[in-house]
Amino acid sequence: MAKVYIDPLTRIEGHLSIEMDVQNGKVVDAKCRGDMFRGYETILQGRNPVDANQIVMRICGVCPVSHGEASSRCLDDAFKIKPTKNGRILRNLILGANTVQSHILHFYHLAALDFVDITAILQYKGSVSSLLKLKDWVKNDIEVKKGRPDEITSAGPFLPRYEGNDFYIKDVDTNISAIAGYVQALDIRQKAHQMVALFGGRAPHPIALVPGGVTTVPTSGKIKEFKKLLKEVDKFVNETYVPHVIAVAKAYPDYFKLGQYTKFMSYGVYDKDEDRKTFMFEQGIFDGKLEKFDSKKIREQVKYARYRSGSNLHPLKGETIADPNKGGAYTWVKAPRYDDRPMEVGALARMVIAYNSGNELVKKELDGVLKIFNSELPVVLSALGRHASRAIEAKMISAEMKKWLDELEVGKNPRNPYSIPDSSEGEGLVEAARGGLGHWIDIKKGKIANYQAVVPTTWFCSPKDDRDVKGPVEQALIGTPISDNLNPIEAARIVRSFDPCLACAIHVVEGDREIGKFRVC
Amino acid sequence: MALNRREFLKIMGGTTAALAFPGVIFQGCKKALEKASARTNVIWLEGLSCSGCSVSLLNKLHPDIVSVITEHISLNYQGVVMAGTGSVATKVLEDAVAKDRKDFVLIVEGAIPTKSDVFCTLGEVHEKAVGVKKWVEQLGKNAVAVVSIGTCSAYGGIPAGKSPIYGANQTGAVPVSEILKGVKTVLNIPGCPPHPDWMIGTLLHVLLKGMPELDEYNRPVMYYGKTVHEHCERLNYYKRGIFASQWGEADGCLYNLGCLGMDSGCDIPVRKWNNGANSCTECGSGCIGCTEAAFPDYGKRGIYQKLQANRGDDKQIAGNSTKGLKGGIING
Repeated sequence: MAKVYIDPLTRIEGHLSIEMDVQNGKVVDAKCRGDMFRGYETILQGRNPVDANQIVMRICGVCPVSHGEASSRCLDDAFKIKPTKNGRILRNLILGANTVQSHILHFYHLAALDFVDITAILQYKGSVSSLLKLKDWVKNDIEVKKGRPDEITSAGPFLPRYEGNDFYIKDVDTNISAIAGYVQALDIRQKAHQMVALFGGRAPHPIALVPGGVTTVPTSGKIKEFKKLLKEVDKFVNETYVPHVIAVAKAYPDYFKLGQYTKFMSYGVYDKDEDRKTFMFEQGIFDGKLEKFDSKKIREQVKYARYRSGSNLHPLKGETIADPNKGGAYTWVKAPRYDDRPMEVGALARMVIAYNSGNELVKKELDGVLKIFNSELPVVLSALGRHASRAIEAKMISAEMKKWLDELEVGKNPRNPYSIPDSSEGEGLVEAARGGLGHWIDIKKGKIANYQAVVPTTWFCSPKDDRDVKGPVEQALIGTPISDNLNPIEAARIVRSFDPCLACAIHVVEGDREIGKFRVC
Repeated sequence: MALNRREFLKIMGGTTAALAFPGVIFQGCKKALEKASARTNVIWLEGLSCSGCSVSLLNKLHPDIVSVITEHISLNYQGVVMAGTGSVATKVLEDAVAKDRKDFVLIVEGAIPTKSDVFCTLGEVHEKAVGVKKWVEQLGKNAVAVVSIGTCSAYGGIPAGKSPIYGANQTGAVPVSEILKGVKTVLNIPGCPPHPDWMIGTLLHVLLKGMPELDEYNRPVMYYGKTVHEHCERLNYYKRGIFASQWGEADGCLYNLGCLGMDSGCDIPVRKWNNGANSCTECGSGCIGCTEAAFPDYGKRGIYQKLQANRGDDKQIAGNSTKGLKGGIING
């Protein structure tokens, strides 16, 4: 049996590493390790509750929008207020634009390099100037590398990479088309971020998300600008992104059978009313059959995480005392469980739950994908299913955003005022691009007494729980064939299909006066 | 400025190509080789960060990010975008240390934990996880220049934020300049996130024209020399004594609501975010002082605090501001 490590797993947000036991060319055991810890909780305690909104956004620069949205909803709940109609729609538009941005970034800039052969650009015969530039550049850099063995790397950030037979797509045209997509996607995701900024103030770290709604008043100028950008983004999603995901799926059909997982959770997203009763993508649990979601059933367990605080606590009562040298622990990520079950969250979870809730729109799109591959629903519960879910979700959100823009009341109030209560509790649930995100606040004497965030990556990159049940990524890795222990690209593909975001996953710690006494090994 | 400008510029010239290729240079490739090697090697490490600076960098326009990576820099290591992963990625760093290379710029995003290496590790060498602090020390001493990108790396930022209840933060997070004290002067490009123009603009200025003029916090004056207040779209309201009573009000200066624009060196109201889409003050949210060393604490003040100011009453404004703290400029 061989120990195989991927450390660091790049092209994700944050510090993640994977430890695997490989026997007879297959993964038999896997551990997900979160390698960074910042301690957001102590930083938050004692502060003005409204400050939480800006501070928790900085948990993650890839999904600050979702943290801002979860935090605003959490403060809404604690302050006993609701957003205005404009506020609700603007929040949906900001979140929607960022989710589309995130899915495009994830597929092209994070995941695609596990499938696409960048060196195929050398055979490019067309005349698009950015591709010619890239071609000349790769050519030069490969020649530099030849003459210069001491060079750190060349053609960075595209080379070096895992090398092996059949690691990358062979068909030159598919590769070149995907590389063109990579370059174009840089511009498109940047435009999607412009959309976030039009109403969110800026991206990343949108400043306009506040309790009660959004500060930006929707003017006809801003709406027009948003529409213009959306048209371009929508075109790219339909004509480039979706076809590329299908092309990769056709080249790697095995990944419909790899990286499988079967338990899903969604908090519901794109609020259709100010009370959060109805959503574009439904709320629910799917574990063989659909169940009603109840946030009281969420617990966090810490047997294998580097904390010495109580285990199996609801986030509102959560405590998190760091213990860097805890025996048996292997990660900074806690193990959240819903009704004692590890849940996968993300676009796939949203699609599966919406599909089973009878969502017509999702049914049409997902059936469309299944038809291409002549398959049925279980096939989607896989590494490729995750990529496909993100693509069709981006398509549906882009289409829906056009309608939301028309529902905005030009020049009308985007937010309701608030006052900070002396003591209160709040819960804010939202779906980030990569899955269900929950924030909980406990306010005492008008200040933050406790703040907890349970994020998507904590759900799927979780370690074993108190009953030794592995987290979703760990389970999904088992059985993955590894052709070369030194180049474990297959495992990297599985982990990336979940779209992990580690800065999000490890942010929490509750105050501990003895915290300065860490023994440093 | 202690930063050695000549060394920094050395990597730019044609001489580098010759130095780097002691062997035979084939005739046909010579031009290509020179072109490729004239690009500055960049190693970009992430400490206690949220990757927001990396994401903001991807929003770069004019020159776009593809031109930057293909024409101006050679991005050897960048965790968020690089193809290499696991040992393939770590080898880039290992080699740079082992071969004592001195021909790269080190960019650091995120603060550096000092209480334990376990708080942030990056890759494994001989099956042992390596703390990011060690990489910064080893690579920082040899780097031609060290650039701190973002407020966390420049001044500690949120990871170094003090708890109002427990005092110092738990990880002992410090800015990169603390780690490299006495070894290197660190050029700071703060902001949470920094505008992509600030990052690439500063880097290109250094590469093409030399060191830009820096302020007392080692920030380029060209971007951070004036305050948000001085650039503000709402400055006229302030001058006329019209103050907003709610965030998001289209008319009125946001000072009374706790806007930190008077204390923050930053040109966003004129530069705008995301290709002109919006600015912090335009959208009615006010400035949260994210380019300043005092961010996010501002002493005990925190980010949002309601204040009272009357027309032209500068004295009161100065008294309520962050004067005396690191970070105050207009009142400093």
